[in-house]
Amino acid sequence: MSLRPPISDKDHIEGNVNAFIELVEYGDYQCPYCGRAYPIVKGIQEILGNKLKFVFRNFPLTSIHPHAMSAAIATEAAALQDKYWPMHDIIFEHQNQLNRNSLLKYAKDQELDINQFSIDIERPELHKKVEADFESGIRSGVNGTPTFFINGEKYNNSWEEEDMLDFIMTNYSPSL
Amino acid sequence: MLSIGTLAPDFSLYATPDQEIRLKEFRGKKIILAFYPADWSPVCGDQMALYNEMLKYFHKHNAELIGISVDGKWCHLSFSSDRKLHFPLLADFEPKGAVAKTYEVYNEATGESKRALYVIDEDGIIRWNYLSPVGINPGADGILDALEEMDRTKEII
Repeated sequence: MSLRPPISDKDHIEGNVNAFIELVEYGDYQCPYCGRAYPIVKGIQEILGNKLKFVFRNFPLTSIHPHAMSAAIATEAAALQDKYWPMHDIIFEHQNQLNRNSLLKYAKDQELDINQFSIDIERPELHKKVEADFESGIRSGVNGTPTFFINGEKYNNSWEEEDMLDFIMTNYSPSL
Repeated sequence: MLSIGTLAPDFSLYATPDQEIRLKEFRGKKIILAFYPADWSPVCGDQMALYNEMLKYFHKHNAELIGISVDGKWCHLSFSSDRKLHFPLLADFEPKGAVAKTYEVYNEATGESKRALYVIDEDGIIRWNYLSPVGINPGADGILDALEEMDRTKEII
């Protein structure tokens, strides 16, 4: 099952943009499983270092996670001020405090221009960007959150514990 | 599974404790029949919750989504309310799995339906089917591809 569309410069990429190993996560900021995956991904990033590029794409389940969309939009607004990853991280690190007020607080903590941030989170373009991520997830066969793609292929095995790292080490050892 | 090109067998099942839904009522719309094993699986992005988020993409193609499992109508009521579902869940409860058996997607070993999808056109003909491997949530990309293909074919004719 292939990632549609493939990674491009429209994506938020962390790590080495030229790395051979690509890990994409479709996630929902209010999903507890994504919360559990967050430190696991961090661990993989730490071990693989510049051999890995990591991309996060939004897949908010808005009916059951009422704050998921505003969290996603907040990260996109932070991206406009070059603070995408800090915002992404802080939301996952405080998942149980996620609401509209905390998002504003995080923006302040990141020393974002709050006036600009407040304007940006209301912009329809950011909402559309999140929806475009969601639709790309559907087209790529995303069937739950989190869903991972490794080098463009959907990863259907366990992402818990060391399982995903082991998979990468086993299948991509020449490039490690 | 039932073959593409065949007429989808009609059936009538409870969607709520006092309302039955008949497949034939949906003529004129495309239908996505999503057979699944059970309500209340412990994943927040379970298949039905996922499809719930995708309804507007289905509606764009004049398609309605119907979920079917062997759970009873009261279980469906509870589950649907909890997940805030905006499409009907049908209770293939009595006789157990009868509709799933008609559609050749009943799992005799577990007494539940398999995860299977059928896309039916406006005239009631099956135009796409998919049986998911055990334990794998099929996602909706196959459904959308099928719906698009059906609309594309209609334009050509």
